Amino acid sequence: MSVADLTLDTAAQPAGRAARPVVSCRGVAKLFSNGTLALQNVDLDIGRHQFVSLLGPSGCGKSTLLRLIAGLGEASAGTIDWPDAAHDSTGAAQPSLSFVFQEPTLMPWASAIKNVMLPLKLAGVKPDEQRARAAEALRMVGLAAFENAYPRELSGGMKMRVSIARAMVTRPQVLLMDEPFAALDEITRFKLNNDLLELWHASSFTVVFVTHSVFESVFLSQRIVTMAARPGRVIADMDVTAPYPRAADYRTSPLYNAHCKRASEALEQAMGHALGAH
Amino acid sequence: MPDTAPAPVITIGDDAPPVVLQERRILGVPASTWPKVLMPLFVGVLALAVWEFLVRYNGIPAYILPGPLLIAQTMVTDWGTLSGSLWITLSISLAALAVAVLLGVSLSVLFAQSKWVELSFFPYAVILQVTPIVAIAPLIIIWVNDVKLSLLICAWIVAFFPILSNTTLGLNSADHNLLNLFQLYKATRFQTLLHLRLPSALPYFLGGLKISGGLSLIGAVVAEFVAGTGGSQSGLAYRILESGYQLRIPRMFAALFMISISGIVIFLCLSTLSHMVLRRWHESALKREN
Ligand SMILES: Nc1ncnc2c1ncn2[C@@H]1O[C@H](COP(=O)(O)OP(=O)(O)O)[C@@H](O)[C@H]1O
Ligand SMILES: [Mg+2]
Repeated sequence: MSVADLTLDTAAQPAGRAARPVVSCRGVAKLFSNGTLALQNVDLDIGRHQFVSLLGPSGCGKSTLLRLIAGLGEASAGTIDWPDAAHDSTGAAQPSLSFVFQEPTLMPWASAIKNVMLPLKLAGVKPDEQRARAAEALRMVGLAAFENAYPRELSGGMKMRVSIARAMVTRPQVLLMDEPFAALDEITRFKLNNDLLELWHASSFTVVFVTHSVFESVFLSQRIVTMAARPGRVIADMDVTAPYPRAADYRTSPLYNAHCKRASEALEQAMGHALGAH
Repeated sequence: MPDTAPAPVITIGDDAPPVVLQERRILGVPASTWPKVLMPLFVGVLALAVWEFLVRYNGIPAYILPGPLLIAQTMVTDWGTLSGSLWITLSISLAALAVAVLLGVSLSVLFAQSKWVELSFFPYAVILQVTPIVAIAPLIIIWVNDVKLSLLICAWIVAFFPILSNTTLGLNSADHNLLNLFQLYKATRFQTLLHLRLPSALPYFLGGLKISGGLSLIGAVVAEFVAGTGGSQSGLAYRILESGYQLRIPRMFAALFMISISGIVIFLCLSTLSHMVLRRWHESALKREN
């Protein structure tokens, strides 16, 4: 595919890319009790082992959508289905998912390994196995030497790694990330971007990654869903066709630049939409 | 990820064991702690010396103001009576503190279970707190036949509130995202309480405990003043009253000193406890390097 073929696809079409999506949002809306319409009529299918970014200006409802997908809060309208997930006795889906917040959100009173053990402890896994799996997860993010360090003793990037290890320790099928690297410096962010891609490439989980950075979304994802504010909605859905593994040289390639240009245009359009609504 | 997936090892520059620098120690105490101990000690000794000098220089009689040496001497000669009273006052204070911790924490856990319970009962805890203890002590002493028990109840009333209000605040201060995380992992109410709310409340509880430690001593002393009953089973407050009647002023001062020192020791013990517990993680106990 040559750079010249890349055209801006602004139609807010639900991408039916995967025959059977992992999660499927239909007509999702969220009206907060203070009257804010944070989301309106969002249709979104996310396929198995996809890496999808939700891109949009601040306040366009990215976090709200991600939290609804995570089951934190109820949608005011519409449905969020998990076709392949187990369902409990009440019929509610029990998808295997993890969430990474913008802040590391660690328990300051617990060491790194105790923090990573938490999801397993809550699930009633045996203590020996908790420890072994948490140690493995910490090794995976390169923090084997810091098992007994407390969050206070770790740098911002290291805390985020612990947070990612905690999310991975349950071996989730879906990893939801809400601007996880936004508060980090650029060098650390690039490093964590690479590491996250390696993790994802080596395994089979799905990532939904919220960001407001065009460059980050183009580097990481296969697909960028652009959202606009007031009310929050999907306005563009584009593929990023570059092959994986993507490394530092991808960041300087013409293909990367072309994708960034398209994503920027979509984002600009999103901002225009929002302003137009004023 | 599934079990079969190979786990990529990502090595990074900062993956090195942390370097820990040990501070120099003198007689087992960190070098930086010494001035904190020595400076106040020096001021104290100086003040006592000035006091002793003024008493002697002006020839102030002992029944108006005894010098520190005479007070120390009295403490030694009257140690038999005074130590018995000290023990009684201390045991009442500490028992009151223990009950305050037990009931304060249990009640705040109950409050944390439901906003309605908190809304309904918290005002009564406030009423208990704002009513002056000297005003209710006589009633309690009349209602409760046992003097020691009535003193304990008075001390408890004073010590109870800081623990209740601080722990309640702490239980409600758990990080919002962590609460979401627990919800996401389907934690039960009890798991959330045990692994999230209680640890979050710990620094608040310990802050309340430090205040309550001193208050329980004050409560025990004040109530005994109000009760004004003597006998072999009386505490330091009654010794002060008694010495006043008998014009044994050095002994009055000796008892007063013992109360102050008890208060200081209780405070230091609770501060140390708090520091030990929070040392690794809480802002208040961390040593800042910048
Ligand atoms: N709990 C809430 N109550 C009321 N309004 C909210 C709440 N959370 C978010 N909002 C509003 O919803 C809109 C979308 O917020 P959010 O999803 O956080 O945006 P984004 O993550 O894209 O920056 C914003 O206008 C925000 O003020
Ligand atoms: Mg957000």
